[in-house]
Amino acid sequence: MLDIKRIYWIYQSIFVTFKSPNPSKSFMPQTTLTQPSGTAVQAPSRVNDIVIQIATSNGSGSQSANAILLRSIFQMGVPVSGKNIFPSNIQGLPTWYTIRANKDGWTARRKEIDLLVAMNIESVQDDIRELRPGGMLVLNSELKSFLNRNDIQAHIVPFNELVVQACPEVKLRKLVTNMIYVGVVGYLLSLELEEMTQAIEKQFKSKPKAAELNRSAATLGYNWASEHLVNTRTCTIERMERKQEKILIDGNMAAALGYLYGGVTVVGWYPITPSSSVCENLIDLLGKYRHDPQTGKATYAVVQGEDEIASMGFVTGAGWAGARSMTATSGPGISLMAEIAGLSYFAEIPVVITDVQRMGPSTGLPTRTCQGDIMKAYFLSHGDCKHILLIPGSVEEAYEFAIEALNLAERFQTLVFLMSDLDLGMNNWMADPFKFPSKPLDRGKVLTEKDLERVKFFERYRDVDGDGIPYRTLPGTKHPLAAYFTRGTGHTPAATYSEKPENWQDNMDRLTRKFNTARQLVPQPIIEKASDGDVGILAYGSSDMAVKESLAQLEAEAGLKVGYMRIRALPVNGEVRNYIASHRVTYVVEQNRDAQMASILRMEYPDLAPKISSILHYDGMPLDARTVTQAILQSEKPK
Amino acid sequence: MSTPVTEPSAQAVAPKASTNHLGQPLAAYRGVTSTLCSGCGHDAITNQIIKACYELDVESHRVAKLSGIGCSSKTTAYFLGQSHGFNSVHGRMAAVATGVHLANRTLLNIGVSGDGDTASIGLGQFLHMIRRNVRICYLIENNGVYGLTKGQFSATADKGSVQKKGTENEMMPIDCCALAIEMGCRFVARSFSGDMKQLLTLIKAGLNHPGTAMIDVVSPCVTFNNHEGSTKSYKFAKEHEEQLHDIGFVPPHEQITAEYAEGTTKTIELPDGAKIVLKKLHRDYDPADRNNALKLLADARDQRLFLTGLIYHQDGTYPDLVEQKNLVEEPLATLSESKVRPPREVLQKIMESLK
Repeated sequence: MLDIKRIYWIYQSIFVTFKSPNPSKSFMPQTTLTQPSGTAVQAPSRVNDIVIQIATSNGSGSQSANAILLRSIFQMGVPVSGKNIFPSNIQGLPTWYTIRANKDGWTARRKEIDLLVAMNIESVQDDIRELRPGGMLVLNSELKSFLNRNDIQAHIVPFNELVVQACPEVKLRKLVTNMIYVGVVGYLLSLELEEMTQAIEKQFKSKPKAAELNRSAATLGYNWASEHLVNTRTCTIERMERKQEKILIDGNMAAALGYLYGGVTVVGWYPITPSSSVCENLIDLLGKYRHDPQTGKATYAVVQGEDEIASMGFVTGAGWAGARSMTATSGPGISLMAEIAGLSYFAEIPVVITDVQRMGPSTGLPTRTCQGDIMKAYFLSHGDCKHILLIPGSVEEAYEFAIEALNLAERFQTLVFLMSDLDLGMNNWMADPFKFPSKPLDRGKVLTEKDLERVKFFERYRDVDGDGIPYRTLPGTKHPLAAYFTRGTGHTPAATYSEKPENWQDNMDRLTRKFNTARQLVPQPIIEKASDGDVGILAYGSSDMAVKESLAQLEAEAGLKVGYMRIRALPVNGEVRNYIASHRVTYVVEQNRDAQMASILRMEYPDLAPKISSILHYDGMPLDARTVTQAILQSEKPK
Repeated sequence: MSTPVTEPSAQAVAPKASTNHLGQPLAAYRGVTSTLCSGCGHDAITNQIIKACYELDVESHRVAKLSGIGCSSKTTAYFLGQSHGFNSVHGRMAAVATGVHLANRTLLNIGVSGDGDTASIGLGQFLHMIRRNVRICYLIENNGVYGLTKGQFSATADKGSVQKKGTENEMMPIDCCALAIEMGCRFVARSFSGDMKQLLTLIKAGLNHPGTAMIDVVSPCVTFNNHEGSTKSYKFAKEHEEQLHDIGFVPPHEQITAEYAEGTTKTIELPDGAKIVLKKLHRDYDPADRNNALKLLADARDQRLFLTGLIYHQDGTYPDLVEQKNLVEEPLATLSESKVRPPREVLQKIMESLK
């Protein structure tokens, strides 16, 4: 990549004001700056455009500290996101938290790090190497022997000495150390102390003692830094006015809220990273808000299964009996659910699976993100199976689509997937406050006792309306016509056993008709940016933010007016076809190796296959804009 | 009796066009015609389910018939034609039943499984269902063999049992009754498909049990496992059956008959007022003694006997899964939107906390 900007930043980082080291005994010189190789010029600081990386070890309790830093920036009105890059480990292995604040709202991952807080001896060498030239380093003084670069600004902080002052209790010192770096970073970025204090109070609202301890530790860090460190103001955070108040939330919590408001009644689950917090959050929410006010009894049931097969069995049984049911899992769990998924498709039972996608098999990289289950989920199970996939591109959509997944499952009497991923699900995103659902719950075509009395006809798998969707009755319906037998074996429209070839084929054709009806009723694709008709992008899910930023880069840096349509569900319909047909080339951006969405589109529109290209990202890290930009620039010469 | 019947005969059971208290004839509890092999023990069990539901005045629409995969699991189509049925997935009926129980607590669940479905592929789910105390009358139609796939051993096949083509089973069998007791099941019974009277009584009692009631029914496979070398053949079963006691089941609206004289009966009261009466035979048997029940099962296995009767039963109420979850009385399945979607203000409050 270029570039003038980068050269400028290197230039800026070199010319920093130099402050004499403080000779105090207990606190040694703290900021080492590269020697100016020319005349010192104070470069203007970069405002509200920064990537902060905090390197700690897993289990050191840095989560709350990082959340406070994130929230302080958020409260100052600056668009921000927080990403946890963590190991599959409970204690000890390196973990990173990345905060990106950007005035233009670009909060996807950016690889270039401006400020590094290096606290972990295990990763410090790599961490320091990855800091951009001119970047700021906050280094634990214990690790200063690892400082081997002279093109960065190193702020050495004696955390271990400071924490003794801040916290008399030895066992809490590890935690409190984290709050000291919050104070130091706050000073270096010119964060408002008032907002930091509020963020701490919010984080520890139910624990005033902890709030006090953390506040004093952060203040100590801030004050110490202001006395001992040179604030070059390389990057600063300044207050921004917001048109509308925003919320900060992760996708798993957003989905849980969606299920709460979608009226979920039976939840089965089995813990698996990164989906567990969907159900854990949902359990909290249901526990608070879903009890009968008169009797105090629960209007929901959550059962942790002995495995994903059982969880899928619970929700399939519950869906059959009429509950709005959901299970959440990730790749390996989807594999275990595959058999029952096929029955839910064929026997036409409403059920929702939330798939928070992660990398690889079994142990894989369970704490890294990808979009590797698209193809598998779409065709999950044996025989001819095709499922509805809702693919949220934001936390707002994680909420809305969770509600919609429950509606569509009952409308189409089938399995519906909510396809999230680790980046969307477990990381913190800024969003507009979620809206109360505008439409009532859709319970689909269910015939009650009264309906049966009126229509005097019921055949479970008869396509009465021509949309492929039959009617169903629920067990417990008191009417002689109500009962039917559900099975995986071949059946007639009246749900009786049949091995006749024509019965089987007719039924499969009706299922296709039903699937085609779904094309128009699932969340429709959105043209996020118009093109000049030459180059288009199709993307989906958590790639959205990076793709949008890339479009801006392509236009600013190469004058390319690339368009972008975001797919929000499968099956697709003619709009996607038209989009591909109307562009010379369409790049499908996705986070998997095998171009899974592109392959599905080529299957859907074989005549358009030559117009479909792929941009693939599959290293487990969230997609960043530069990856997309570079890939397009490699193929498309700038005008 | 020496040979089982394959089809229920309404005339045999009710000579006149009699009906039960609901005004339903026995025939109303039948399903479609069985497609199992002629003489299959499973059909005899089907007949007793039909009769039990008839005699208990079960409302068909309140029943959910649940099964996994296998010969046994097909039988849910052969009884209670006016009930919803779900012939689900091999070894997974226990989980499906758990979901059904949660979605609609008013349903009376009848689960039919086989030895392969329960003890081989579905063992984990079977045990966890019991652990959760899902309300279901769970019948294992146990023939020690895979019928639908033509004669492979299941996990309940006895050690030394010989397949039709001569292969001997070298594994110890899994005893579903012992496992169920270990898992905390409070109604554990074993019977034999040819013993209609005992089976009928046990099914009726099981249907009234407020939790998981499991009945392991030895049900010989006439095609693949009814030969000399099989320990689940009719001949073997009849020769090695040891009844714990005669059992009488008395629904709430009937009086206990006088034939159970004072001192020779043990009456077990079920929570809905129904009673099971045990008549002790040659053994002073207390079905509430868990350790004794397990010992008996172990001894019986050593002696190659199979005990029939109510092997273990605990009186008193113990919360089923729905009660453990403290669910509302109305089925979750039919709760109205106002009960399952919190008000707008709650969402606003949550959004406020995220700002």
